[in-house]
Amino acid sequence: MGGARRPPRRLVGNWVGVVPFFVFAGLFLIGPTLILAYRSLEGADGSLTLDNYRAITSPLVIQAYGASIRLSLVTALIGGLVGFGLAWAISMGGLGKSIRSGTSTFSGVASNFAGVPLAAAFIFTLGRIGAITSLFEFLGVDLYATGFSLYSFWGLTIVYLYFQIPLMVLVILPALDGLKRDWREAAENLGATTGQYWRHIAFPVLLPSVLGTMILLFGNAFGAHATAYALTGGSIPLATLLIGQQISGDVLNNPGLGYAIAMGMVFIMAGSILIYSLLQRRSERWLR
Amino acid sequence: MVAVTISTAPIQAAAEAPAPVELQKKNRLGAWIVFGLVAIYFLLPLAATFWWSLRALKDQYTLEAYRRLFADSNFLPAFTQSLVNAAVAILLSLLIIMPTAYWVTLRMPRLRPVIEFITLLPFVIPGVVLVFGLIRLYSRPPLVLTHTYDSSRILLVCAYAALSFPYMYRAVDNGLRAMDVRSLTEAAQSLGASWPTILRRVIFPNLRVALLSGALLTFAIVIGELTIALFLAQKTFGPYMAELTRSKVYEPSAMAIVAFAITWAAMGMIALITRPRKEK
Repeated sequence: MGGARRPPRRLVGNWVGVVPFFVFAGLFLIGPTLILAYRSLEGADGSLTLDNYRAITSPLVIQAYGASIRLSLVTALIGGLVGFGLAWAISMGGLGKSIRSGTSTFSGVASNFAGVPLAAAFIFTLGRIGAITSLFEFLGVDLYATGFSLYSFWGLTIVYLYFQIPLMVLVILPALDGLKRDWREAAENLGATTGQYWRHIAFPVLLPSVLGTMILLFGNAFGAHATAYALTGGSIPLATLLIGQQISGDVLNNPGLGYAIAMGMVFIMAGSILIYSLLQRRSERWLR
Repeated sequence: MVAVTISTAPIQAAAEAPAPVELQKKNRLGAWIVFGLVAIYFLLPLAATFWWSLRALKDQYTLEAYRRLFADSNFLPAFTQSLVNAAVAILLSLLIIMPTAYWVTLRMPRLRPVIEFITLLPFVIPGVVLVFGLIRLYSRPPLVLTHTYDSSRILLVCAYAALSFPYMYRAVDNGLRAMDVRSLTEAAQSLGASWPTILRRVIFPNLRVALLSGALLTFAIVIGELTIALFLAQKTFGPYMAELTRSKVYEPSAMAIVAFAITWAAMGMIALITRPRKEK
């Protein structure tokens, strides 16, 4: 063994290599979150309290959280199912290699094509003067008279699916590829039908991945701000938009409540990411 | 998003021959239907926006909307500023993540889960919450950064660098796993190389593809970012696009097409540089 002085010095030396990372993350990721956490526990008189979290049950906040959760659930579910269908089609449908690689590259593009340009594209498509709206008008149907609006819950749902479906495709494609051909052959040799193969083999193996990815989609929609802001400016109550308004001015007339809402979002996001990674770990037992 | 490619190629090749032909055909029809319907949903908004972008002048198809967009006196400054922000953020992220990932792989493998967890924080903290925290943290002493435009801009760039951590770390980590870090380092050390030299001359060249894809992905996300820039009152491309969408009729369509082309270029380049590998 080497000299007695060596180990402690090397230990310190080891830590020096990761200090910049921790300092930077502390300043720009952890610090900002901690200050919100601290302020959310601070009462009007400066004492520690949970009052701000109790105030989350106020109607305005419940409405915003409720709409955010519903929007995220619906887009995660539809996006998950459609995305799974698309992933199945390009991986097992025999559409050819170029369709597959084209679709996955496009999915990479579309899953990052959120925010203002996405909102604008849909305004030109389904807005009051949008191409599809005009087309319907030409056919004698006034879309907006039927109660449809791009700036409503279902309008937002249609827009959000534009980045939800591709994310599902990107994450679930490797899982579908992980299904072994021998399993299918073994099932067929034992006389199983396609339906039985899917029900008893493929579906149970894929279930954790599919569920996990849908939860990831949930978080993806839940934390989204730019697209909804660009589309509605804030006319629809969503948790992220409410926080945005709270930053610009104390719309809740209660700063502490603003911090509690922000922390509530962090908790929900953390929960969904946690469940996602647990399910993903579970699915790795079979796939790969 | 560097996909984990699982090499099932030999298995598939062996299994392809006896696969029942009728089943394959039935599958294919269903697959085409699913693909076609989804493709319509994804292409319609692009087509509609493109069509609008050509209609700035009455009764003719022109590129007038694009001309107006590029001629707008606010366009270029906002876009340039976002370009610079993105470049600096990528550089910063690179300078932090590459040595850290290398060091952890080589010397402190036990710290890996901690680092991994921290790099995933941007997925847990929504942008609007992050900027909320940044404003509250840096608007009063000891560190006041939100009082001027330029100091807010520093905050913005640092936030962007932090946002890129999940992508950058993942890319670098994958790259490091693909090579023998220890042997390379020992070889370099035995030739008398210093730490900076090892990083710059040995590790960096081997990580080029990984770093480039991480950088391009960061670029795609950051170039049109709205939320953080908006609340830090920055005149970058994201807030500019939001303002344009509210105030103009035809220019936003040209803008959306340009933004889509930029994202497409970044992602297409990633696909290009990551494809010609031995695997697959």
